[in-house]
Order: sequence, then structure tokens, then C-alpha cells
Amino acid sequence: MTTSAPSKNYADDVSLLVVTLDTNPFFWSSFPFHFSEFLSQVLAFLNSILLLGQLNQVVVIATGCNSCSYVYDSASDKNHASTNGTMPAIYSNLLHNLDEFVAKDQQLTTPHHKPGTIPSSLLSGALSMALCYIQRAFRSGPMHPQPRILCLQGSTDGPEQYVAIMNAIFSAQRSVVPVDSCFIGSNNSAFLQQASYITGGIYYRPPQMEGLFQYLSTVFATDLHSREFLRLPKSLGVDFRASCFCHKQTIDMGYVCSVCLSIFCEHHDKCSTCR
Amino acid sequence: EDEDEANGLEAWERAYTEDRSWESLQEDESGLLRPIDTTAIHHAQYRRRLRATARIQKGLIRYLYIVVDLSKAASERDFRPSRMAVIAKQVELFIREFFDQNPLSHVGLVTTKDGVANCLTDLGGSPESHIKALMGKLECSGDASLQNALELVHSNLNQIPSYGHREVLILYSALSTCDPGDLMETIQKCKKSKIRCSVIGLAAEMFICKHLCQETGGTYSVALDESHFKELILEHSPPPPAIAEYATANLIKMGFPQRAAEGSVAICTCHEEAKTGGGYTCPRCKVRVCELPTECRVCGLTLISSPHLARSYHHLFPIVPFAEISPSQNDPNHSFPNTCFGCQQSLLSQGNKAELSVSCPKCKQQFCLDCDMYIHESLHNCPGCESFR
Repeated sequence: MTTSAPSKNYADDVSLLVVTLDTNPFFWSSFPFHFSEFLSQVLAFLNSILLLGQLNQVVVIATGCNSCSYVYDSASDKNHASTNGTMPAIYSNLLHNLDEFVAKDQQLTTPHHKPGTIPSSLLSGALSMALCYIQRAFRSGPMHPQPRILCLQGSTDGPEQYVAIMNAIFSAQRSVVPVDSCFIGSNNSAFLQQASYITGGIYYRPPQMEGLFQYLSTVFATDLHSREFLRLPKSLGVDFRASCFCHKQTIDMGYVCSVCLSIFCEHHDKCSTCR
Repeated sequence: EDEDEANGLEAWERAYTEDRSWESLQEDESGLLRPIDTTAIHHAQYRRRLRATARIQKGLIRYLYIVVDLSKAASERDFRPSRMAVIAKQVELFIREFFDQNPLSHVGLVTTKDGVANCLTDLGGSPESHIKALMGKLECSGDASLQNALELVHSNLNQIPSYGHREVLILYSALSTCDPGDLMETIQKCKKSKIRCSVIGLAAEMFICKHLCQETGGTYSVALDESHFKELILEHSPPPPAIAEYATANLIKMGFPQRAAEGSVAICTCHEEAKTGGGYTCPRCKVRVCELPTECRVCGLTLISSPHLARSYHHLFPIVPFAEISPSQNDPNHSFPNTCFGCQQSLLSQGNKAELSVSCPKCKQQFCLDCDMYIHESLHNCPGCESFR
């Protein structure tokens, strides 16, 4: 389902990696692996991307429960000043911004969600911001870096985000931007599987969180040009069947309204959504 | 006119008395020419397009015939290398864009030359087959026949189901038409069958084309050059406004096939040869098809996958146009964000002056002009609205 890439002028071994980092506190509080250990492995991975090539760029967007925001941009000039000597500048900058973001995100929490359900993180917002940033990279000139998106996600899919995520996926497919997903939650994420399949990225669930850095650096670190020489995890069958609007069950055959495209499993005389 | 002649100016010189385009060139520090910033011009054009497409119901299931004029006039060389070559290239781009935006629709090709019209491809769903058929038949001769083309299209479109929107796009290079009967009658027939005919002319404006489009509710435009032609033809790829009679909803039976297991061998119905792995299984008759969307050749069921439906959702749930914020409205004491919310680009030009920017009326976040165009033309999500619960 991938479209053929139009010929573009880029340096094929220079990457722009935009990472969406799931910081949903409701997910992390119930997950056995601790967020700080997860973050230390991710930071080491991001640093290794910057070490692979001098021109590589890394941008990190935090995906919160109530908001999303940029927390790190390796090309920005606001970075290089603050290093307190005990850790590389990338770590201290990112951690500082992440702290601020998590505090602000917590303040925005309103007790609206149903008790017993874990609210999802705003993946559609993070993907939209990532795509806008990538468009800006395309505008920067003929020798722009090769962009891709990596979603580090653990929260479950929010069904209310379906349309927005599909819009983002189709736009990424049109701009030839692969969306990789490293999903750490319990069940597979259907949204991210579709995203990676449609855009030509990789979907992978690491079997052991302790070795996360190894999985990240072997599967997700290579630039797009070199990926053809590696044996990367193949995508398993992605289920593209739709769910009916009345019972929310996946169906093989259904009835689609010609005006509003709602899907029903039984024939009705009138479409209930249009009425 | 007498005054200008008295000034001794020729007509071509008069054009340059007001428009001194060379004065907008600037040099940077090293003496090289700075590229002219055309963002503001593109943005103005995009905003005009946005205002034109109001929030009205659109016809999503379209059956479109493209009529390509291959008469002697198509071999004229005023479009380089020839009108026919430009038409073929743009039709290929258009067909790909059309299937991208309207995955549930069908396209058919008709050519007209030597006074007759021939059906090149039937109303089918695969872009490759249409493009291949067109590229193989690029010879022009004789006269174009508008009536024969319309009669052919009319008889074919009468067979399609009632919920589909019937459309014709005529790419006309000739300045005349060679018809066996009364063209006005044919136009009335098309109007009665609710076929929406649009014409893009490459030569000059013709009354008969204008009349045809006015009667059937289509659009008529004449291309000035290659890039204008491309713009005009791509305007037909988003769905047009729906006709009131078709606004009643019908429920169409469709199948959602699953991918066949890796390593399974079956004879596919599209190529009629044995294939391994990949492919999809029709849920009703269990035959194998190679790609989606398509119609099962055995049982006639429309086969699609949920992303194909999702491609059309942005027509049903469009995002609101952003409001312009002119730099003078910005109070320096106001909390005016310096960076675009989407791409983090600075909203201040050199010298810390505020440039033109836009903001979303719902979430009040501010965006640069490039993000505005990208969001409304390709992404169809407002990052600000999606990033706040």
C-alpha cells in the first residue's frame, strides 16, 4: 500500500528523526517498568542518533494526556548553553523541558473521564505537530534531511482520535514520511499498526523492556536508505476490516451509506446518522 | 488609448509602466540574488480557493468519464511539446490524484477523433489500467465530435446505480464540433439524466461549451498555459457539491476482505494466473483479488478496506478556515507567541517585526502561513485542536 517515492533531492544518509514520547501518567502509573528507566534508555538512543552523523537532527514531542508540546529540538539555538557538567547537554535540556511539560499537563487534568478507564494520550496532536515540522524541513532547501517519525507509545488507542490519526497517516503517506512505532503497551495498537503499514514504517513491540535500548538501536536507528540492507521485523497481517457503527463489531460485509459513509451490519431503509 | 499613443508607448511598453517586477529583486551580503518570497502570493491564492469551497454536502461516490479530444487540433504545438502530450501527462496526474481523494469512485476514458467517439476504458477502479490505455492511443486526426462523445457517455452512465454522481470532464482542444444531429437535444438529454458536464478548453472560449456547462451545472474554464491547465484539471479532483436528488442516503452493500494468509496459493481473478501469498479474499464468493478497492469479478461486490473510507472523512468533517492576524493588530504588550504552534518557525521577520500569521478560531493557537496551507490542503487536522483535550 506504499506509494512510489517521487525523486527528491536529499542527502540520503542524513536523517531528521521526530520522536513522539508518550508521557501519559495514567499509563505509566500502572505499567511495571518505571518511566525514569524507560527515559534513560530513550535518551541514550537519541544521543546515539546524533552521534551517527553530524548533520542528523532529533526533535522530541511529548504526548501527554491533556496536551502535547515540543520538548527538544537538536537544531535549535536555545540548547547549547545549559550543561551542568554531570551529563551531556541533550539530557539536561530535554529533562528540564519535560519536567515543565509534565507539570503543566497535570494542571490541565479535569476529572471528566469515566472511572475505571485509562484516558488515552493525544497521539493525533503529536503526529500533526510532527508533520508540520517535517513540512518545514522540506521547505528548508534542496538538500534537506530525510525525515521519519518514531512513536514511542504505550497508552491504548483513543477511538475518538480515529479520524484525526487517519488524516495524519494519509498526509504522511503523501509526503513519503515513514511512521515507525515502538509500542510498549499490553495489547497491539491497531492505529499504529495501520500507520506503519500504510506509510512503509516498522511496527515493533519489544519483548523485554530491560533491553529497550538494544531494540531501539537495532530496529529504529538506521536511516531510510540503509534499511534495505537489513532484515527488519516484518509486519504481521494488519486487520483492515471495519467495525459497524451499531454494535462496534468487526464485520466482513456491511452496508455503507452513500452520503455519510457510516457502516451498518444490517440493511435499513434510512441511514440513522444522516437523519 | 490616444493618450498612450501620443506618449509614444507601444502596447507592450505600457504593461511595464506600472509593473516593475525587477525592482522586487534583492541582493544579500555577498551579492547573490535573494530568492523572491512568493509565500504571500500563494497564501492569497489559497485563501481565495478556500472561500470558494463553502461547507456544503459533497458527492462522494462519483462515476466520472474523461473525454479526451484527439482531433487534429490536439497536435498544435502551442502547448509544449504538443497539446496532446500535455493533456496525457496531466490526465495521468489527475487520475492518480482522483483515486487518492475519491477511493470509492470510478473513472472511464473516452476519446473523440475523426468525427466519432470511442470508449477507451470502462468505468473501472484501477488507475494503472486507465493510464496504460491512454498512453497507448495517443494519435490525433480528424475532427472532434461533441455530440457523439456525449451520447456515448450518456448511454454508459445510464447503467450505473442511482446513488452515484454522474460526471463528465471534457478536455477540448478543437474550435468546432462535427455532429450527426442536434447537439442541443443531446445537451437536454444529459441535463435530464443529471449528468454534470465540465469542460476545460485549450484553445478559446466556445459558446456551445459554455452552454453545456451552464445547463448541466458544471464548470467551464480555458487554460492559458501548462501550469494553468494543471491547476484547472486538479480542481476537479475534490468532490463537487452534491445534487439535491442524490442527497437521500442509500445503503450500499460492500465487503471488507481480509488479507490472504502468507504462502497460500490461489488463482487471482484480475490477472487470471496463480499467485502465492498476498492478495485479499472476497467475503461473499471467496475468490482472490490482488488489490483494493475493486469490484469482485465473480459476484460484483464492491471490496474496500476501512482506510479507503477514512480517506473521505475529511470531506465530511472539514476543519474551519483560520483567521488572519495582521501585524498591526498585535499589541507588543500582548502575549503574542513568537513561534508557530505547528512547526516552531519564528513568526517574526528580520528586525523583530511581526509578520502576517493566522490563528484557529477554536483553539486560538497561532500558525505560520505555510502551516496554514499544509493543514487545510493536506493534513485536515488542526494541531492545536488535537493537542488539547
